[in-house]
Amino acid sequence: MAKLINRVESRFFSIAENVALSRVMVAAVAAPLDLLLSQLDEIKVAVSEAVSNAIIHGYEGRADELVGLAIEHWEDRLTIRIKDNGVGIQNIAEAMEPNFSSCGDRMGLGFAFMNSFMDKLEVFSEIGKGTEVILTKMLQEETTESNKG
Amino acid sequence: MQYRFKKEGGILYVQTEGEIDMSMCDEWRDAIDNELGRSGLRNIVFDVTSVSFIDSSGLGVILGRYRKLLARGGKVAVKGANEQVYKILLLSGLAKIMEVSPACKQAVNRVGGIL
Repeated sequence: MAKLINRVESRFFSIAENVALSRVMVAAVAAPLDLLLSQLDEIKVAVSEAVSNAIIHGYEGRADELVGLAIEHWEDRLTIRIKDNGVGIQNIAEAMEPNFSSCGDRMGLGFAFMNSFMDKLEVFSEIGKGTEVILTKMLQEETTESNKG
Repeated sequence: MQYRFKKEGGILYVQTEGEIDMSMCDEWRDAIDNELGRSGLRNIVFDVTSVSFIDSSGLGVILGRYRKLLARGGKVAVKGANEQVYKILLLSGLAKIMEVSPACKQAVNRVGGIL
């Protein structure tokens, strides 16, 4: 079984400014790992999407709620958990479908980016209780590739 | 994130720097729409040469301006995308509906122009 090498956990207010903070935290933990710069960029996009979703959809824009971010460096992978205690997702499969025709300026591509840029995407949600998104990037196999997708 | 506007040849150039995520998107969108309204221009070039990061919130603003200007017979293009920005523009499908040029292509074109 893979060994847990490092774990960083934090909770922050559900404000837009903290989306950048979450990227910085993940980048700091991931920096010493043997990742390509392009992989690090991709992880930052996935985290940005998950935290934005928690703020916009989970908490419906309320600024005084808490978003949880846990970053785990395992021997063979990097796992990032983003958790909110918001409204939850009614239909996860439907929410994960790219929705190019969504109203306004929202693209509905958050989950599509998370799925494309990470090796594993897990979403757990309960109506009225919240959502947890778990993003996983495998460390060994991926670093041998020059690029993915 | 910082941005400024330049108007030239019937085009509104939106020159943006830094990281584009949801924290500045509302302000960015409103400023662009105000500039479009004031100038009456129908074409936008998003110059992202100095943009180091973009996620779907930023792409949404670009797509929204595209939809708005398409209805008025205008066009939108994105120039100078670095590797991360270019990849996400391709993956989002935006590169299929508007002209998107990566930073290296722009540089090649510039060199070609000089030679």
